[in-house]
Amino acid sequence: MATLELAGVRKSFGAVPVLHGIDLAVADGEMVVIVGASGCGKSTLLRIVAGLETPTGGRVLIDGRDVTPLEPADRDIAMVFQNYALYPHMSVFDNMAYGLKIRRVPRAEIRRRVQETAELLGISALLDRRPRQLSGGQRQRVAMGRAIVREPRLFLFDEPLSNLDAKLRVQMRAEIRRLQRRLGVTSLFVTHDQTEAMTLGDRLVVMHQGRAAQIATPMEVWARPADTYVAGFIGSPAMNFLEARLAAEGRAAALAAGPVLRFADGARPGPEGRRLVLGVRPEHVRAAAAGEDGIPLAVDLAEPLGSETVLHGRLPGGEAFTARLPGAGAPQAGTVLPLLLPAEALHVFDAETGRRLDPLPA
Amino acid sequence: MRRRVIFRGKVLPYLLLAPQIAVTLVFFFWPAGQAIRQSVLREDPFGLRSEFVGLENFREVLADPLYLNAVWNTAVFSAAVAALALGAALFLAVLADKQIRGAGAYKTLLIWPYAVAPAVAAVLWLFLFHPSIGLVGRALNAAGIAWDYKLNGAQAMALVILASAWKQVSYNFIFFLAGLQSIPRSVLEAAAMDGARPAYRFWTVVFPLLSPTTFFLVVVNLTYAFFDTFGVIHALTGGGPGKATETLIYKVYVDGVQNLNLGGSAAQSVILMAIVIALTAVQFRHVERRVHY
Repeated sequence: MATLELAGVRKSFGAVPVLHGIDLAVADGEMVVIVGASGCGKSTLLRIVAGLETPTGGRVLIDGRDVTPLEPADRDIAMVFQNYALYPHMSVFDNMAYGLKIRRVPRAEIRRRVQETAELLGISALLDRRPRQLSGGQRQRVAMGRAIVREPRLFLFDEPLSNLDAKLRVQMRAEIRRLQRRLGVTSLFVTHDQTEAMTLGDRLVVMHQGRAAQIATPMEVWARPADTYVAGFIGSPAMNFLEARLAAEGRAAALAAGPVLRFADGARPGPEGRRLVLGVRPEHVRAAAAGEDGIPLAVDLAEPLGSETVLHGRLPGGEAFTARLPGAGAPQAGTVLPLLLPAEALHVFDAETGRRLDPLPA
Repeated sequence: MRRRVIFRGKVLPYLLLAPQIAVTLVFFFWPAGQAIRQSVLREDPFGLRSEFVGLENFREVLADPLYLNAVWNTAVFSAAVAALALGAALFLAVLADKQIRGAGAYKTLLIWPYAVAPAVAAVLWLFLFHPSIGLVGRALNAAGIAWDYKLNGAQAMALVILASAWKQVSYNFIFFLAGLQSIPRSVLEAAAMDGARPAYRFWTVVFPLLSPTTFFLVVVNLTYAFFDTFGVIHALTGGGPGKATETLIYKVYVDGVQNLNLGGSAAQSVILMAIVIALTAVQFRHVERRVHY
């Protein structure tokens, strides 16, 4: 088991920069999920750790040792690929034994370790089969087995669940988490799926355009997103964003639509009228009771999900807005519903930079 | 996308097939039929009469030490040509598969020899290896090696093997390169992460995954060496010296066209025909049924 450290890792393909200096320290046994939209550089980062790509700048350290100049073979890392990348001409047993044979592990021990790992993954009955005789889920397990059996210092997962159907994905997700905990191997997991990221990671790295927009625990990322990108990326349905200006000596925001919302947690810095973006998660919105002064939402689509209803519509200013209300008895499309935006649920961002604005110390 | 076309009548489909059928009939079935007929006949020296002799021609051919010499020559020649052409092509394809500058130009140059006619190829090699006017031939002699493929049978064999293999490298190269490029990059990366060095990776992953291509090419190369190398041999050595480079196909020509032993020559062609049918059958079977992984 090992620690992993990235120091200022950069990468350009020709003149095109894809990674602008990533710093990350992964503790022993920790599972860090790198999440982001396609093209954000997350796979490139993983491949640099694996040694399959050479960084343009920066260093990769495993257990404090600089492995940047080493070949993949010398890094003692195992990787699970998106398309599994099993050796098609070898049996499952040989697929799993390949890395051990190279390391000249004695035959009897190879047999023992492969069988143990196969048992752990529930693929003991498949050891004689070829990859093409396996289903997607079984291939996935074999790919995991091939990584586990080597007892590497580091696991890398490159979107390993994206080729599975929805049900199997949820099942394998839980299984990967359980295995990783049990084996305690330091892991990096790349995905574009925020649910996968939230459920799997001890910590998340949210990547955006070649930068780490935020590195924090899943709950921290959800509760205190560092910028509007992270705020919009994590959470489903996505957070609502409303244009506003700083008002009342920094203690409130005046929505472009009219209403003034007071902050629950203190004043934000900056001159009166500073341009802001207010974020509100759809699930934090409340329907206004009779007598309460709400912002009217003109509902144009209602999606009843049984336990809750997702409403899509527009505010008076014309901004698109989504609300998630409990229960199925919510209004139909075409109605106007007054909504309350609770002060403690407001996220305040600077409109210029998109960065989160925290309250000034009192 | 394969679309099934449904014809109403039977006339049009047959009409559409007619050119292909006509070509096959005229250029294969007719001469093949003639060869089979001829192989059981014996002509008198003036070509006025022929009599039916049954399998006598075959018996004679198979008992002829010169024929057995040609069988041996063909075996050596074909095996060497196939091995050399496949080995060189695989080596070049592996190099060309790497991402290098100017890969396009490099690949195009490697494909060129295929477009060179056999006789022209032979002349090229002749200008290289001729003992008195050839560049390499003279250099070899100057270096004290007695090089004269017109006198030394082993040297003559080596030269026709070299020239024939050279011409086939391009063809093999294209197939090997396509085969290499169809191996998923991630499988090779997985092997690298498993700790395999490039050479080990090649023999345990790349080469096995290429085996369907390799098998197909072995059959194609053997067929080539058997039948399509007449031009090279004819232009370079004429089967000599002392029949050292006389292969089966060359002997058919010598016996039929030069010695006018039509019955014996026809019997040899029938044997060759049987060999090529067997080779093709083997190839079809394997290509269709058995993918090696």
